[in-house]
Amino acid sequence: MKKIKTPLDKTQIRNLNAGDEVLLNGTVYTARDQAHKRLVETINKRQKLPFELKGAIVYYCGPTVTPKGKIIGSCGPTTASRMDSFTPILLKAGLLAMIGKGMRSMEVVAAIKKHKAVYFLTLAGCGALLNKFVKNAKIVVYKDLGSEAILKLEVKDFPLIVGVDSNGRSVYG
Amino acid sequence: MRAISANKVSEIVKGLCIKANLVLRSDVLNALKAACLREKNTRAKRLLRLIIKNADIARDKKIAICQDTGMPVVFVEIGQDVRVSGDFKKAINRGVEAGYRKASLRNSIISDPLSRGSPKYSPVIIHTDIVRGSKIKITVLPKGFGCENKSALKMFLPTAKIGDIKNFIIDVAEKSGPDACPPYIVGVGIGGTADYAGLLAKKALLRKIERKGLIPKGTVPVFERELLSEINKLNIGPMGLGGKTTALGVNIETYPTHIAGLPVAVNISCHALRSATATL
Repeated sequence: MKKIKTPLDKTQIRNLNAGDEVLLNGTVYTARDQAHKRLVETINKRQKLPFELKGAIVYYCGPTVTPKGKIIGSCGPTTASRMDSFTPILLKAGLLAMIGKGMRSMEVVAAIKKHKAVYFLTLAGCGALLNKFVKNAKIVVYKDLGSEAILKLEVKDFPLIVGVDSNGRSVYG
Repeated sequence: MRAISANKVSEIVKGLCIKANLVLRSDVLNALKAACLREKNTRAKRLLRLIIKNADIARDKKIAICQDTGMPVVFVEIGQDVRVSGDFKKAINRGVEAGYRKASLRNSIISDPLSRGSPKYSPVIIHTDIVRGSKIKITVLPKGFGCENKSALKMFLPTAKIGDIKNFIIDVAEKSGPDACPPYIVGVGIGGTADYAGLLAKKALLRKIERKGLIPKGTVPVFERELLSEINKLNIGPMGLGGKTTALGVNIETYPTHIAGLPVAVNISCHALRSATATL
């Protein structure tokens, strides 16, 4: 199975095709609905983003509360399409990859192709299983959002399937 | 009249929340295992194995089956000869909060749907029903919103053909596509009023998934079986990546309705259909 490591570069991404199964090593940032709204507002106001978006991977995930003595709780993907209206703006600002579940809009697929980015799927509804691939978790910003805060995760062999590749091909056809 | 203390109610609800979120319902687990055996698509089969493994890890390591520990929906059947001493509603919410905190589950409830704000553990949804006897039956259904978002209601004409209703239900499953964590359990409510059909659709999810070959006779079971077979021809499959396992079950609940209408509601559940029940 293909392994990829962050920081991702365009060459690594170009070699990924829709349907490929990949193991990810490195850093991802969690962000879902409200965090996306805030990130886009920050971009629109031309203010500084709370983390380096250029080349970053965003994971659509709002984990459960971290149990005592554990790194993270249950941490599976949430529905990607809810982020669709924000995604083209983030891709334009340098976001390189996204991890989630389900379909993307035509606009998002077009933006992925334009910016040579990639959308990955991960195991939907398997938050307990995905827990073991997360080796570190640290809060970055938006603590007031609870589970919707942005976390910086270090992952090891995190299982992914290429959902939409850099040529705009989708695994869903 | 028999009396049950509010504290007792809280204690029971707390336990139900933990059980529902950590231990996958046995009928759901069995349906997943049976589907895994039947599935011919290699990737779908492997994904089903991982879904089963996820349930095992959740139970053994005490980690929530899914990070979306839902909006808890609490069904309460109250016997007419029993009373609760103390604040019943508060007791339920307090129990949910205690259970969710104890098991490190996610607080996903925001107090205002428009202005949003920081998430909390309560208030939950409570549906009550009055029954005979002196017992209280409580069921907790933590409902994830990936699948809740795919719910639909249609007010059919009373002269509608059964085929139209069938197409509507299949259409809701098809539109859920890969987004809401297939394989699905499809809850359907037919009859009553708009609100009641919605409640029936959700209640239908509480009923055990029938085992293949053990399906009872009658119009509704036949309809359920037909729908299941049609939905499994959609080739959505686990994670939406193909296969014949798009739904594990279709459960329909019906109720009398008005001469002028025929409400049909569909409530989709992801493969992590979680609920737990206790009687006190």
